[in-house]
Amino acid sequence: MDPILTKYVREPNGFTLDFFLKHEGYDGLKKALSMQPNDVIEQVKASGLRGRGGAGFPTGLKWQFVDKKTPNPKYICCNADESEPGTFKDHVLMERNPHLLFEGCLIGCWAIGAKVAYIYIRGEFYHVQRVLEAELAKAYAEGYVGRNIMGSGFDCDIVIHRGAGAYEAGEETALIESLEGKRAQPRIKPPFPAASGLYNCPTAVNNVETLCNLPAIITRGAEWFATLGPEKNGGPKLFCVSGHVKKPGVFEADMRTTLRELIYGYAGGIRDGHELKAVIPGGSSVPILLPHQLDVAASFDDVAKAGSMLGSAGIIVMDETTCMVWAARNLLYFYKHESCGKCTPCREGGDWLHKILTRIENGEGEMRDIDLLVSVGNNIAGKTLCAFGDAAATPALTTVKNFRAEFEAHVREGRCTVSSDWRASRMPVAAH
Amino acid sequence: MSFHPLMAYDERFHKSERKVGDEGPPFVFTPERRAALDEILTKYPPDRKRSAVLAALYLVQEQAGYITGNGMRHIAPLLDLTPAEVEDVASYYVMFHRAPVGRFVLQVCRTLSCALMGAERVTEALSEKLGIGVGETDASGMFTLLEFECLGACDRAPVVMVNNDLWHEKLEAANAGRLVDDIRARGEGAFTGCHLKVEH
Repeated sequence: MDPILTKYVREPNGFTLDFFLKHEGYDGLKKALSMQPNDVIEQVKASGLRGRGGAGFPTGLKWQFVDKKTPNPKYICCNADESEPGTFKDHVLMERNPHLLFEGCLIGCWAIGAKVAYIYIRGEFYHVQRVLEAELAKAYAEGYVGRNIMGSGFDCDIVIHRGAGAYEAGEETALIESLEGKRAQPRIKPPFPAASGLYNCPTAVNNVETLCNLPAIITRGAEWFATLGPEKNGGPKLFCVSGHVKKPGVFEADMRTTLRELIYGYAGGIRDGHELKAVIPGGSSVPILLPHQLDVAASFDDVAKAGSMLGSAGIIVMDETTCMVWAARNLLYFYKHESCGKCTPCREGGDWLHKILTRIENGEGEMRDIDLLVSVGNNIAGKTLCAFGDAAATPALTTVKNFRAEFEAHVREGRCTVSSDWRASRMPVAAH
Repeated sequence: MSFHPLMAYDERFHKSERKVGDEGPPFVFTPERRAALDEILTKYPPDRKRSAVLAALYLVQEQAGYITGNGMRHIAPLLDLTPAEVEDVASYYVMFHRAPVGRFVLQVCRTLSCALMGAERVTEALSEKLGIGVGETDASGMFTLLEFECLGACDRAPVVMVNNDLWHEKLEAANAGRLVDDIRARGEGAFTGCHLKVEH
């Protein structure tokens, strides 16, 4: 497939405004500004573009729900708080193609009638933020952002807002809370952001990659976009492959590409002398797939049919040196650390899952602990305000489901029986 | 914060007046930082100054080295907040240090993708070389060692973020000691930055 989003990422000056303008930069915005906002929304709906942040919700529909009749301002919030373990695609897009994101933000603002787009970037990406800020200043100076954009009479500002280290800020209502200067904790839905979001005004929260797809949809048309992949899974997609592969990286492909092609083709296969054990196909929050389940197209619908989720397309590959109890414990430490603490099942349950996994891994667990994991996990999933609860329960539930024998071996042997060449001999005491 | 669907999510309902101690040296923004904050405040609606609280806290940390009680008390009135509301935010986000830290805060990513590539051994090697545990600062005050959650650069694993703005990629346990020596000799020049790989 001809790359769309990452076509120029390896050009040394690919991130600059000059380069962007010589390669059809801001053409999509120009065309969008000549269309009625509603026609832009219809075109995005027709393209079938689905949100690239994880949920895969149709973007056009999200925009259609934004209350257009309100006297209040409306906002676009760009979710650049890329924190899902195993995901690093927005990192690349923003660093190497910042104007594509600005153009997408402006098209979104025009479509829903917003005058400001806030880009909420995670605090850790400060080196990326410096690129964005320098390029944004150039775009302002050349009249692509700000007052009377490209002489169209359309005014729109873009503001870059730095987060400060919170996975939960990637949840759309928690992102809004954080942008308002509070703890990043989710809100009860409804009302959805489209009705009442940032500053209690109608808001659309869109992922970086989602917004970056807009210019091409406007210039090349909805049909071109929709036919790029399987039905209802159109367009180019960025896949992040990491873990025990030879060539980890970000790969642009369409969603007909299978998980096996991504791992063995694009990422060069498993490191020498080892064999594949398990794959997490969509960031750490989704169920594991086993080696025989990889011949599915890496699309939202096909991966769901295989029993997992495409999520943020962060593909984490593990070979036979990976102890699955250890992997679950590693991720549960992440979830217990990152839980915002608002809902009891997630705040307390995550902590308990981590405790139980730690004692099983250390060989101090009992057989009934394995069922206890499942019981605690099932009492978190679906019982919290946001999807974090489901995400936190998943690593425990999916590893027990697929690798129960390994858990039992830990209990029986009183130690971990999987040898690895990369784990520490003793776990450092975690702090922070 | 609201737990009721019909209750608006804004500041009308609760404003904590709890005291924040006058911990740390006396704090007033330098004129440059005060000007920087005023500039940031123009990006948000005039009645939503609170939105700049993270930016203000970064400025406090830059000036004082960590988030001091006096720093929080200083920025609260600038943002129409009580000091307790500032502390509420500061205590939530991991990039704000609530106690003094070393000149180089080494934050090793510990989440799955980095761990699979040996991050545990990197932390272990750094800990041995520096003679400190995770969460501690060495006697010279030069280094603090922390573990961090997924930094979003998994193909460069194991990744280390230093001081919230510098990066070092693909650090192997065998090279961790050398990196520490290199930082002692060259300071910030020792870090590689972050260079993600992209292919089509």
